[in-house]
Parts: sequence; structure tokens; C-alpha cells
Amino acid sequence: MVRRLYPVSNGERSTRLLGVNTNLGIRMKYLCLVYLEKEKWHAVPDRDCANCGEGLRDRGVLIAAEPLHPTDTATTVRVRNGRVSVVDGPFAETKEQLAGFYLIEARDLNDAIAVASKIPPAREGSIEVRPVRELNP
Amino acid sequence: MEAPNTINETVNAVYSSESRRVLATLIRLLGDFDVAEEAMHDAFRAALEQWPRDGVPSNPRSWLISAGRFKAIDGIRRRSRFEPLDETAAAERPSGDDPDLWAEPESVEDDRLRLIFTCCHPALSPDAQVALTLREVCGLTTEEIALAFLTPAPTLAQRIVRAKAKIRDARIPYQVPAKTELAERLGAVLRVIYLVFNEGYNASSGSSLTRHDLSAEAIRLGRILIELLPEAEAIGLLALMLLHESRRPARTLPSGEIVLLEDQDRSLWDQALIAEGRQLVTRALSTQGSGPYAIQAAISAVHAEASTAAATDWGEIVGLYDALLERDPSPVVELNRAVAVAMRDGPSAGLALVNAILDRGDLRDYRLAHAARAELSRRVGDLAEARRSFQRALELTRQEPERRLLERRIEELGASPGRNGEL
Repeated sequence: MVRRLYPVSNGERSTRLLGVNTNLGIRMKYLCLVYLEKEKWHAVPDRDCANCGEGLRDRGVLIAAEPLHPTDTATTVRVRNGRVSVVDGPFAETKEQLAGFYLIEARDLNDAIAVASKIPPAREGSIEVRPVRELNP
Repeated sequence: MEAPNTINETVNAVYSSESRRVLATLIRLLGDFDVAEEAMHDAFRAALEQWPRDGVPSNPRSWLISAGRFKAIDGIRRRSRFEPLDETAAAERPSGDDPDLWAEPESVEDDRLRLIFTCCHPALSPDAQVALTLREVCGLTTEEIALAFLTPAPTLAQRIVRAKAKIRDARIPYQVPAKTELAERLGAVLRVIYLVFNEGYNASSGSSLTRHDLSAEAIRLGRILIELLPEAEAIGLLALMLLHESRRPARTLPSGEIVLLEDQDRSLWDQALIAEGRQLVTRALSTQGSGPYAIQAAISAVHAEASTAAATDWGEIVGLYDALLERDPSPVVELNRAVAVAMRDGPSAGLALVNAILDRGDLRDYRLAHAARAELSRRVGDLAEARRSFQRALELTRQEPERRLLERRIEELGASPGRNGEL
């Protein structure tokens, strides 16, 4: 029975044909968006974040990661009818706001969740894990 | 050559016994729920055409998996004729064409488990987990699920489409979780199964108390699960469901009225289910990792062992609730423990506990807390409070038979003010 308990499925021959879903060698990009309340912006020491980023980079998981200033430094740009409009904001409805991001490569969602759970601000705020879409030009 | 309608029957029988396994393996081989589903239907269509001519294959399951896979690949090839995929496909044919490799019993069973864990992945919403499990693992139609949950069919169909899209786009893997995550992920699977069971056993709304089909599906799922993954809590949940299910014939009168546990005709209880449930409880409790489901099953087993309501071992039940509270503290468990204490030590001891819970505000909107306060107040002779609390429970219930039961209780308060202390 034990043998059956913990099998890790490997890519099957036919999956390459379809190019979807199972464990191929091909990795997928995920954007891990870090959300924090403004009062907790500096709750995690920068040192910890830097260490996390370096660790992920060393493992070949990280593509890019940056922390952001709070949304009161943000500017929203729109183009309507050919005219550029620029306004202050956005003003978030929710208390947590986007505080930074990690663009990573992972085998699948479980793998991405494992990475996200190790991002230090996950302890203070939340991490939204979004699969990166491929453009089909 | 067999007569066509005999073959039809054979194909139908194979469909009901094998279609979920075939689907689970095709999802692994093809990597996509929708492609796999279409492939499975193509395979059964092919069986209807070919089996009357060529005879039923010795291993229908691997025949179907092989046929489904071939049809899907063929379809993809035709759709992508001008793309270079063709060559890859041709090159892969020889190694990929040994049906025994992908249809061997062990890996097929693994696929069923993969399917269960994928449908119950925590990245899917709880509603979607339930819908997807009933659809893909149990093979219920969207319409059947919609009817069971009193949800409009288009809403439910939409929910399933979105869940499948998320599995594909976010690449939720088709795998059994690693050992380190197993306990937590199994918890999600058990929650889905128990939710389906409860919806069938104690419908949260609607005109009848139970919806048998959902409970039967949940028990079937529970059986599949412990066959594939005999973890303590999975065994405990199956035991719990069987022991609850054993009382179904006694829980309602033919007219649909609710009969409370202490008033049930115990000769109607299903002894076969009780025997199996008790055996599973023992097994669950002696397996490492047993927890809340196994303990709740044990409580249910103690009730099942009592030949009359009066013979119930309430001391044992209070002890089990203590154990449950230790592992899984919740106001609802506290409430149930309070009722057991009332049965062991008398209504005023229980009432004090129920009042403490309600005064804390935890279960203010929970109808059963008010019903318990009402019943215990009645037993200590405080009929005004009993009336008030039954009334509050009545305002909170959304279920027709429960409403009638509470109305009956209120009426009885007026008719026989002296009826207290028994039960």
C-alpha cells in the first residue's frame, strides 16, 4: 500500500502531444503578488526579503522580484478617446495593498504554492499566486 | 457473436463499473479534463460499434483506455495537420502503444486517487470542489447535481467550467500529494465527502429532510477512498456516515415528520450498517492519526449500541465529546456536549452550559442551540423560556419538516404544561 500512497506522477508520453497540464519538464511562470496592510509595510525586515530573493535566485526559481512603495505614491494613467488622463491613486477598497512581487518559475501550482508560502510577508499579509498567460499574437 | 442488445447491456454495465476509472486514467494520459471526457465517450461509442462484431475484449478497461487515447490523439492530429506536432506524435507511437503499461490495475487505481485529490484541491472554491467531485469522480450529470443542491443548472455548469479552466490555466497538478502535505489535503477531500453526505442526510433547505442519493454517493466515495488510501480519518468518516445512515429509516415518519433520536423506533435501524460502522470505528481508532471523524463515529456507535434511549451510555458520550473538544474545539461541539451532560447529570446541569454558550454570543443564530435551550428549559419547568426559545429556533429554521416539529413542540407546551422531566 505504501508504494501507492505517495507516487509522484511523471510526464506521460502523450502529454507532450497536447502540451497541457501534467508534469512536463516545461516549467510555468507564476507571479506572486505580495499584499500588505500599510501599517505592516516594514513588518518584515528588508534583510529577510533580500535573503528570500537570493535563495530563490540561487535555486533558479526567481525571474524577478521587487518591493513597491505604498499606493499613495501611485499614479493611474488611462487613455480614452486618444486622450491621456492622469490621476492620483488608485485608492484601494481593501485594507491590503500591493506591496511587491516575485516572478517565479515552477513546475505546477503546488510547486508555486510551496514557493509562495516561503515568501516572508506571507506571515504578515497575503500572497496572490497568478499563472502567467502566454500571448497568442 | 452475441445479440446486439446483449452487447448493449454489456457496454452499459461496463460503463457503470469502469467509466470513472477509464476517465481518471485518460485525464492523466491526455492531460485535460475535457479532452479526456470526449475521448472516453468516443471509446464507448467505438465499443458499441466494434464489440458486436469482434466480441467483448478480455480486458474491457484497457481496451477502452487504449481506444480513448487513440481517438484523442487522432483528433488532435487531424486538428493540427499543418503543425510539426505530427512528427513528434508519430515518433512517440511505438513506445506509447502498450496498453498494459497505462492500464495496469495499480496505476489505474492511482489515477482515481489523483482525480479525487485534484477535484478537491484547496485552490478551487469549496462549491467547485463539491461540484467537480460529483461530476468527475461520481459521474453525476450537471443536472443531477444542480437538482440535489437546488442550484440552477447553468450556475452549476458554469462553476464546473471555471474549475476545469483553473486546473488547466493555473496548472493544478494531477497527483496525490506528497507525504508532508497528505494530512492537510486529505482533510479537504474528507470535508467534501462529508458535505455531500450531510446535504443528503440533513438537507439544509427544501421540503424534505433527506436526499438519499447524495448520501449514497458520499458513502460510495468514502468506500473508494479507504480502499485506495486507508488513513485513520478516512476510515472514521466512512464509519460516521454508515452509522448515521443506519438510522435513516427511523428518522422520519412516512408523512415526512422528524422523529428525534430518543423517540426513534430502534428496530428500524439498519443492523448491517451498524455492524460495519462499529467495526470501522474500532479500526479507525486503533490506526495512527485518528481524529475528529473517528471520535464522532464513536459517539454515533455508542448510540447505536443502546437498545433503548434510556440505556444510552451518556457518560461515555460526554467523555468522547471531551476528547473531540480537545482536538477540534468549536461551539457546536460544546453544545452537543452540553446536551449529553444534561442526559447524564440532569437538565439543569446541561441548561447552565447551553446558556453559557449562548450568552457568549457564539451560537446566537444557530437554531439548534435555541432548540436545546428550549427543550432543557421545558424539562426544568421553565415553560416561558421554553416557548421563547422554540420560537427563536422556529424563526431561524429554513427547513419544512423542522418547522413542523418546532411548531408541534410549541403546541405541546400549551397542551400539557406538566410534561417535564421524562424523555
